[in-house]
Amino acid sequence: MTSAAVDPAVLGAGPPPNATSPLLGAAAADLGEHQHRSGPIPWRGGSGRLIADVRDAGLTGRGGAGFPTWRKLAGVAAAAAAGGETVLVANAAEGEPASTKDVTLLTRCPHLVLDGVQLAAEAAGARSAYLYAKAGPAADAARFALAQRRAQARDRVPIAVVEAPAGFLAGEESAVVAAIDGRRPVPRDKRTPVYRSGVRGRPTLVQNVETLAHLALIARHGAGWFRRTGTAAEPGTLLATISGAVAAPGVHELPHGIALSAALELAGGATAPLQAVLVGGYHGGWLPMATARHAPLSREGLRPYGCSPGAGVIMALPWSACGLREAAGIVGYLAGQLAGQCGPCRNGLPAIADTLGRLAVPAPDRTAFDRPELDRAATLRRLADLVDGRGACHHPDGTARFARSTLLAFEAEVGLHRNGRCTASRP
Amino acid sequence: MTTSLHIDWTACRARGVCVDLLPELLEPDPWGYPVPRPDQASEPAVPTVSAELTPHARRAVALCPRMALRLVDDDPPSG
Repeated sequence: MTSAAVDPAVLGAGPPPNATSPLLGAAAADLGEHQHRSGPIPWRGGSGRLIADVRDAGLTGRGGAGFPTWRKLAGVAAAAAAGGETVLVANAAEGEPASTKDVTLLTRCPHLVLDGVQLAAEAAGARSAYLYAKAGPAADAARFALAQRRAQARDRVPIAVVEAPAGFLAGEESAVVAAIDGRRPVPRDKRTPVYRSGVRGRPTLVQNVETLAHLALIARHGAGWFRRTGTAAEPGTLLATISGAVAAPGVHELPHGIALSAALELAGGATAPLQAVLVGGYHGGWLPMATARHAPLSREGLRPYGCSPGAGVIMALPWSACGLREAAGIVGYLAGQLAGQCGPCRNGLPAIADTLGRLAVPAPDRTAFDRPELDRAATLRRLADLVDGRGACHHPDGTARFARSTLLAFEAEVGLHRNGRCTASRP
Repeated sequence: MTTSLHIDWTACRARGVCVDLLPELLEPDPWGYPVPRPDQASEPAVPTVSAELTPHARRAVALCPRMALRLVDDDPPSG
């Protein structure tokens, strides 16, 4: 089945939503309003039928990894076709401190997300589903929306709300499964992926809630509609949490490939001259404004800069702040968030945090000249390379990437600090 | 097809048996955990096991007191 076969009029989906902000433009906290605006759930009448549309649309996961959604769907659907009982998990743990897009989506368009859960469950052949959301407004909005849906018998697959514990790693796929199974929510070794053995040992599809909301729109309006915005390689929009020195911080819906400068304008523009922007969150990297002002926000567009949009976190750093000090705060946080299971991470991240913490303090230091082997920047680079890829999850790799990006973006600042000076303390 | 040595980092406690049995492939990091020698990794942190070393790698897998090692055939890649 191709996307051309999906006629929105047949599905009763109403007019296609606003192309520039299809998600937030479809905001409807109430089920009646959602039904009026978006229509009923466009059931496909069978496992796997939606997968071709999702593939043609080029939808990728919005939780940070950017994996093609249809591949995960197809893997779990195959397990269901082979007679396995499969499980769907909608992930809104949002452990990234600088991100609020999942809670924003759940409070503003919960029914779009929950329609997506139903459709993905149908496609994956799942008979049970979970919504794993941060305690507070996200979980509350989901419970309220589910009560409305139960009253109107909208759903075919029951959805249970499970509160995600706080913490950076709570949203990691295997930690999500552990939390739902009632175990300590920490990542596990990846030799057995959760799409083979997840919740209660069953093949499990874990999808970010934003991904599911996009899926619900693709089911209604087709792959061609989805591709009208974004880039050819990365179609559609993404929800970005823009913070720092901008006039209108918050969640903004951006087309993939938009220039960094244009994204900042959508957030009201910079309130102070900017030196750099953190993209992709605490496992992401810094884009120096001098060289990356027009960098396109997409995985492809950011690859030359060594980072990716991740889960859509964008933080604008003004010249009045010290990049090394900001980065040291972030790495200190990351070192405090490790699960403590894997030796290289448990030992390496505190060492990385300690080294960056020392680099962040401006103090005359001749080590780089007298004893280059003890130089802090070189030590930080060596430690980052040492922990890379040596853990059950990507926490060490992400922290290493952020540390390397910090050294690259704030190389001049490292030199200033060595001479006891700092950008932030300039008059 | 290549074979690599998978380390379950959640199980490894730096007992060092694998580093002793596979010195051609592994060395201890500053905390005693195994790390591939720089020329022995196909990607960072994943040691590739050559045909000559496979019997030694099997012994390391069998003798790891934490049962943290597995030999994994890399093809076809799993997504």
